[in-house]
Amino acid sequence: MLRLYDTELRSRLLLGTARYPSPSILTEAVKASGAQVVTVSLRRESGGERAGQGFWSIIRDLGVRVLPNTAGCHSVKEAVTTAHMGREVFGTSWVKLEVIGEDETLQPDVFGLVEAARILCSEGFEVFPYTTEDLIVAERLLEAGCRVLMPWASPIGSGRGLNNLFGLTALRARFPEVPLVVDAGIGVPSHAAQALELGFDAVLINTAVSQARDPVGMAGAFALAVEAGRAAYAAGPMEPRDLAVPSTPLIGKAFLG
Amino acid sequence: MRILVNGASREIGAADLGAALDELGYGGAVIATAVNGEFVPAADRPASRLAEGDRIEVLAPMQGG
Repeated sequence: MLRLYDTELRSRLLLGTARYPSPSILTEAVKASGAQVVTVSLRRESGGERAGQGFWSIIRDLGVRVLPNTAGCHSVKEAVTTAHMGREVFGTSWVKLEVIGEDETLQPDVFGLVEAARILCSEGFEVFPYTTEDLIVAERLLEAGCRVLMPWASPIGSGRGLNNLFGLTALRARFPEVPLVVDAGIGVPSHAAQALELGFDAVLINTAVSQARDPVGMAGAFALAVEAGRAAYAAGPMEPRDLAVPSTPLIGKAFLG
Repeated sequence: MRILVNGASREIGAADLGAALDELGYGGAVIATAVNGEFVPAADRPASRLAEGDRIEVLAPMQGG
């Protein structure tokens, strides 16, 4: 079982709700993924159109937990205020904390992130910080009160997979007890399987599913990959070697030369 | 008075945030509000007096990653 704050979850796949071709495909993709947690956001609502109300009723009908994000926030103040607004609207103290530092890569501003995490943790939020693989930043986020970390694999929406394998492996080894959710940059199910094989506790996927030709099919593929990766981690993968090692025993081999 | 609602200039008759939201068509909607960059919880909206030129943000659930 995956434990995020005090919530136990069977599925190790968390799913984003953005950029699906239609609301019905979003619904079917969430079901096919088996995800029990979906990320959501807040945007300006028009009094005439009230578009957000329809979206919220779709999400509520899914019966999953929601993880509100602070996407698009560039300052501590903005992120903290957005977190407060999300807590009221979504009725949860969970927040996926994003403080974006730069628009080309959407790389987190880790200095602002730590500051915002400190404020929100002290106010009773359960913070899921979107961070890099930096060990010292991770240390500071844990000191601030975070009990889950969400390191990126590669830039949001890039689909490039685990960009810094060494850094991610070091992060996993340094904090063996902290739930680590790889968030952002996963493009195909094999990337997700790789993250789970390395011992990461879960992955958060959005674009790789919503922008697939068949998002529902891809959601199912990710569900299988996450399960396979976790099972492989539990089974203990072999150590890679530089040279060949025969798998068939040589003892007793006939001399036919 | 004229205020800014989600970046657009609007003329309203209401004097407080709660009444302004009703006037602007948000009655019963699941929303969160901020005035001049400060979060105003739902319970505080009726007591939140508005002034000419106030900037109001009205946010609702939306797709997110």
